Amino acid sequence: MSAPLASLKLRLRRVERARQLRHAVLILPLLLFLGFTFLVPIGTMLWHAVDDPDVARVLPRTVAALHGWNGQALPGEATFAALAADLDDAAREQTTSTAAKRLNYDVAGFRSLLMNTARHLEAEPPAAGDAQATLLAIDPRWGDLESWGAIHRASGPLTDFYLLAALDLHRTADGHIAATPAEQAVYVDVLLRTLEIGFIVTALCLLLGFPTAYLLASLPARQANLFMIFVLLPFWTSLLVRICAWIVLLQGNGLVNGLLLWSGLVDAPLRLIFNRTGVYIAMTHVLLPFMILPLYSSMKAISPAYMRAAASLGAPPWRAFVQIYLPQTLPGIGAGSLLVFILCIGYYITPALVGGGGDQMISYFIAFFTNETVNWGMAAALGTVLLTVTTLLAMAYARLVADRQTTGGLK
Amino acid sequence: MPMPMPMSATETAPRHVAEPDAAPLVRFEDVDKTYDGEQLVVESLNLDIRRGEFLTLLGPSGSGKTTSLMMLAGFETPTSGEIYVDSRPIKNVPPHRRNIGMVFQNYALFPHMTVAENVGFPLRVRNVGRAETAERVARAMAMIKLEALAQRRPSQLSGGQQQRVALARALVFNPQLVLMDEPLGALDKRLREHMQVEIKRLHQSTGVTVVYVTHDQSEALTMSNRIAVFNDGAIQQVAAPDVLYERPANSFVANFIGDNNTLSGQVEQRRGPHCSVRLGGGELVQALVVNPRANGATSLSIRPERVRLLAMRDDPRGDNRLPGRLTELIYLGDHALALLDVAGTTDFMVRLPAGRQAGLACGQDVAVAFAADDCRALDPV
Ligand SMILES: Nc1ncnc2c1ncn2[C@@H]1O[C@H](COP(=O)(O)OP(=O)(O)OP(=O)(O)O)[C@@H](O)[C@H]1O
Ligand SMILES: [Mg+2]
Repeated sequence: MSAPLASLKLRLRRVERARQLRHAVLILPLLLFLGFTFLVPIGTMLWHAVDDPDVARVLPRTVAALHGWNGQALPGEATFAALAADLDDAAREQTTSTAAKRLNYDVAGFRSLLMNTARHLEAEPPAAGDAQATLLAIDPRWGDLESWGAIHRASGPLTDFYLLAALDLHRTADGHIAATPAEQAVYVDVLLRTLEIGFIVTALCLLLGFPTAYLLASLPARQANLFMIFVLLPFWTSLLVRICAWIVLLQGNGLVNGLLLWSGLVDAPLRLIFNRTGVYIAMTHVLLPFMILPLYSSMKAISPAYMRAAASLGAPPWRAFVQIYLPQTLPGIGAGSLLVFILCIGYYITPALVGGGGDQMISYFIAFFTNETVNWGMAAALGTVLLTVTTLLAMAYARLVADRQTTGGLK
Repeated sequence: MPMPMPMSATETAPRHVAEPDAAPLVRFEDVDKTYDGEQLVVESLNLDIRRGEFLTLLGPSGSGKTTSLMMLAGFETPTSGEIYVDSRPIKNVPPHRRNIGMVFQNYALFPHMTVAENVGFPLRVRNVGRAETAERVARAMAMIKLEALAQRRPSQLSGGQQQRVALARALVFNPQLVLMDEPLGALDKRLREHMQVEIKRLHQSTGVTVVYVTHDQSEALTMSNRIAVFNDGAIQQVAAPDVLYERPANSFVANFIGDNNTLSGQVEQRRGPHCSVRLGGGELVQALVVNPRANGATSLSIRPERVRLLAMRDDPRGDNRLPGRLTELIYLGDHALALLDVAGTTDFMVRLPAGRQAGLACGQDVAVAFAADDCRALDPV
C-alpha cells in the first residue's frame, strides 16, 4: 500500500514541477524586467544604508591604528601620528572634506575640527613623537573619547550608523547602543506620524469607499459605468492640478470656507489647508479610487443569490449583510486597505504641498536627504525603514488571506 | 420506517398529501405580475398548492415559472392579486419571515462557510442552541449521506454534493414549504436522474410540501404529484402527470407533454361526448369533444402509441381509419417509430411495439387506425 502511494506522490510532484516550470517560463520576461527596475534599485538602496567607505579611504592609517581600540582610554601616540600623516596626504589629494562631512553626521562640529586641524598641520607639521601634543594644542577636542569614537565607528566598510539614526539611536564611544537625546530625536516621531496618517487616510477611504462601491455594484451596468467614470476621474487629471484645486477650494477665502461662512455654520474661516486636515482631505481624495476598485470587484463577484438564500433561510437583512455579504468583501477590504496604506505612507508630493511643517511624512525626509544634503546613507536608511514596514504589512496580509478561502459555491 | 429528517416531536407523524378539498397550504388568487408595465409576465394566476404535495411548475423558458416562485418566496411582489399561505395573505411578510426553504439553481452555498456551517446557518439565525444545532446538522448531513464532508468548503464539493448540501440547508429548519428552481439544471443526465430519486425520497420521508420548477417534462412526470403547465404567464392545466398526458386540456399541453400527432379540421356534428370532424383533405374523423373553437375549428390530438398501423385492406372495426404513406422507420430498441404522411400532415407518428416493424418498408401505402376516445378535439393551433 505505502510503496505505490509513495510513487504516486512522486509522480504528482513531478507533474507539479513541470507545471511550475511552464509558469516560470511564461513570466520570465516580467521577472527580468522587475529584476532591473525593482530589485536592483532596492538592493542599491539597502546597500547605501550600510555602506561606509569614506573615512577608511581618506584616513587609512588612522583607521588601521584604531583597529581593536576599546574606547575606554585615549589612543596612543602612534594613532595621533597616523592621523597627522593621513591628514597630510588628504590635504594633498583634497579629500579631507569627504571624511569631514561623514564624521560631521555623527558628531556635530567635526567638520570644522578636521578641516581646522588639517590647515594647522599643513602650516607646521608635527615633530616626530610629538603628534599627540601638537593635535591637542590645535584643538582640545582631540582629547575627547567621542572624537576618536566617531572615527572608529566610521571605519567601515559597513556601518549601522544610518539605520540606528533612522530609529533615533546611536552608538556611544564604547560601542553600546543608546537613545538619541529627546531634543534631537525626530525620526521615530516622523515614522509614527507617517503610520498615523496612513491609518487615518485608510480608514477615511474605507468609510467613503465601501458605500460607494456597494452602490456601484448594485446599480445596473449603464449607470454603474457612468459612476465609475467619476470614480476614475482623479486618475485622469495630473496630481499637481488636483492639489492646486484643493488649495483653491480649501484656503481661507476659498469656496468651502465661503459656503460655510455663508450658511452661518462657522463665524470665522476654518484652517483647512497647510495643516493635518488638508493632508487628510487631499490624500483621501487622491487614494480613494485605490480603495473603491478592489472593493467593487470583490462586491461584483458576490451573486445576489447569496443574499436571497440568506433571506430564505431566515436571516433578516442586517444579519445577511454582516454574516454573508461582509465576509465575502473581506478580500476586497484587505486589498484596498493595504494598497491605500502602502501608497499613503510612501506619498511625498501631496503632504509636501498641502501639509504644514508638522505634517511631513517619512518620504519628505528621504527627499530632503537625497536632494538637499546629499546624504545617501540617511536617505537609504529611512527608505529601508519604510520598506520594512511595508513588507511586514504585506506579509501579514498574505498570511491573512491564505488562512481563509474565498472562492466556491457560485462560480 | 426510518425518519432521517430532523423534526420536533409533534411533526414526526408521516404526513400525506392533503385531500383536494382540504384548505390549501398556498393559494395564488388572481395574481398578475409585470416588470415593465407593458407585458404581463404572469397573468391572472390562480393556483392552490395542497399540504404535503409535490407540485411542479412546468413550462417553456420565459413562461413565468421563476417569477411565480419568487413571488411566493417574497423576492418579487405581485402587481395585483394576493398570495395566501395557511389562509393568511403574505404580501407584507418579508422573505426572511416566510419560513419557506429555497433551493437555487446554482445552489448559492455560502463560500466562506464550511458545509456544516452552511447547513447550520438557518438554525443559528433562529437562535437554536449550540448543542441542538450540532445535532440537527449532524442528522441533516446523515440524511444526505455527506457526514464525512461536513468540514469542507462548498468549492471542494462536486456539483451533486453541493446540490445535496443545498437541499439539507433548505430542509434543516423544518419549513412547511420548500421551493426549488431548476435545482438539477446544472447536473449531467445520470446525476440528475439519481438526484430526482433522492429528492423524491426526501419529500416522502419528511412530508414537506415541495414546489418545484423545471422545463424538463420527464423530470416533472416522474417526480410530481401534480404538474402546473405554464405558457406565456398563464397556467394551461394543473393535473396529475397521467391525467396531463392522457387527457390534455388544450393543444399546448398536448404538444408540450410527450409526443403528439396533430390533425387540423372543422367540427361538423356533435353527438354526446363525441363529434365528427372534417379534415383538410375531406376525410371524416370521430373525436372526443374537449374544447374546439366555437366556430368549429379544431386541432385533433392523438398520441402515437394509440395509433395502429394497418395494411390497406384491414378493417378498423369501428375506429377511425385514414390512409397514409410510410416515409420513415426509426428503430429505438424497445419500440420503433413509424413516420407517415397522413391526411396532408407529414411526420404523423405511430409507435410500434418491438418486432412489429418487420415487413414494413418506406414508401409503402398503409392505413392508420385509432379510437374516437383517443382522438381529442382541442383548440386549433
Ligand atoms: N427582473 C426582471 N426584469 C424584467 N423582466 C424580467 C425579470 N425577470 C424575468 N423577466 C421576464 O419575465 C418573463 C418570465 O421570466 P421567468 O424568469 O419567470 O421565466 P421562467 O419560466 O422561469 O423561464 P426559464 O425556464 O428560462 O427560467 C421573461 O420574459 C423574462 O424576460
Ligand atoms: Mg426560471
